[in-house]
Amino acid sequence: MNSGIDLQGSFIQSLQQLGIPPEIAKIFWLPLPMVLMVIGAVVGVLVSVWLERKISAAAQQRIGPEFAGPLGVLQPVADGLKLVFKEDIVPAQADNWLFTLGPVLVVIPVILSFLIVPFGQNLLITDLNVGIFLWISLSSIAPIGLLMSGYASNNKYSLLGGLRAAAQSISYEIPLALAVLAVAMMSNSLSTIDIVQQQSGYGILGWNVWRQPVGFLIFWIAALAECERLPFDLPEAEEELVAGYQTEYAGMRFALFYVGSYINLVLSALIVAILYLGGWEFPIPLDSLAGWLGISETTPWLQVVTASLGIIMTVLKAYFLVFIAVLLRWTLPRVRIDQLLNLGWKFLLPVALVNLLLTAGLKLAFPIAFGG
Amino acid sequence: MFHLSGYEYFLGFLLIASSVPILALTASKLLRPPTGGPERRTTYESGMEPLGGAWIQFNIRYYMFALVFVVFDVETVFLYPWAVAFNQLGLLAFVEALIFIGILVVALVYAWRKGALEWS
Repeated sequence: MNSGIDLQGSFIQSLQQLGIPPEIAKIFWLPLPMVLMVIGAVVGVLVSVWLERKISAAAQQRIGPEFAGPLGVLQPVADGLKLVFKEDIVPAQADNWLFTLGPVLVVIPVILSFLIVPFGQNLLITDLNVGIFLWISLSSIAPIGLLMSGYASNNKYSLLGGLRAAAQSISYEIPLALAVLAVAMMSNSLSTIDIVQQQSGYGILGWNVWRQPVGFLIFWIAALAECERLPFDLPEAEEELVAGYQTEYAGMRFALFYVGSYINLVLSALIVAILYLGGWEFPIPLDSLAGWLGISETTPWLQVVTASLGIIMTVLKAYFLVFIAVLLRWTLPRVRIDQLLNLGWKFLLPVALVNLLLTAGLKLAFPIAFGG
Repeated sequence: MFHLSGYEYFLGFLLIASSVPILALTASKLLRPPTGGPERRTTYESGMEPLGGAWIQFNIRYYMFALVFVVFDVETVFLYPWAVAFNQLGLLAFVEALIFIGILVVALVYAWRKGALEWS
């Protein structure tokens, strides 16, 4: 198996040559990928905000942002800077502490989930053995923050929005977790690295989307609902609830909600790409292509090329899904709250259970095709 | 045997992730203008004077959903180790999980028939 590029190893080795012992070199290395990942997540948010505005404009035959930078790419940065300079308004009736803690609790778990997002064999912060389960558990912290901010605002719209957000998240978390379970069963592991590796070797044909089509649809619908994207954006339905739990928020606290929701969208798209679309794998199996051309897997330039291709592929797949999410926003009308809960509990949950049992049965019947 | 290697990364990343909102809020605190007047701090209610607070007792219709959620969430947690070790367990584990999920499906049908999954 091609182990790919090992940045951590090379970094520690090069510091060792400067006379620094490996333990201290490891401490130097520790924050580097994390800071890089946070910066990457923030840039990802800016890009997806810009994409959302441009695609929305195109869907409505408008031009969209065009003055700030070429094609308006600097518009999200300008918006962000504007929010930093906005005055800080906390309603006199509100609970000050919970009001601040709410958005913070929404943002931290979403950023923390990037811990397990791999961009290549060794290009992730750490390969935890609980892997994807960490994401599932972290994603259930956010509703607490939403409920907290809805309650702390002491505003009727906010309270109803917060309650809706919590009900929606918990309803769609179970189908989501069951869909992930089927994938974990096929790769016999929860580690995201193992999940992608199990899909490798056959190019586009090996991706889980062919073996888990139902799971893929369940996961995508549930992920949209968890992100409160448009067919399911009831918690902040502006015609009914003004802005839901965000009604009283202004300035930086509002920006935290905004950033949190976009990071969540990018993260969900990345997770879909990892679970179902082969993660960093190229649609054509590059390993066998290189072997066929007679290039050794350990050739340095090949490793660099495959590593950068891996990052590009992961990001491309994720942004393709973001693109679909934006198009869905302008295609589908919002569902009602009873339709939302019916879809989650009476349709997705039974289908997800059947999908899981079907995967288990197929794994027993055809162990080779379903991960032994 | 617990494998806790790798969790130092979790702690480190927790620190970095928590510094993001803290930095953002302090940066805004240093840069923003002071808040004007008490009028701005009134609760928003579509331009009207707010009629009463929101901290009152009323019927939260999502209460039953939360109860059903706990049942199924615990079920999923129990199923995770089963799914990961499934290739070593074989047919017997499949039958056992079938029974386990069957019991919970009965619970789902019961909740459904009792109307716990109706919003109204």
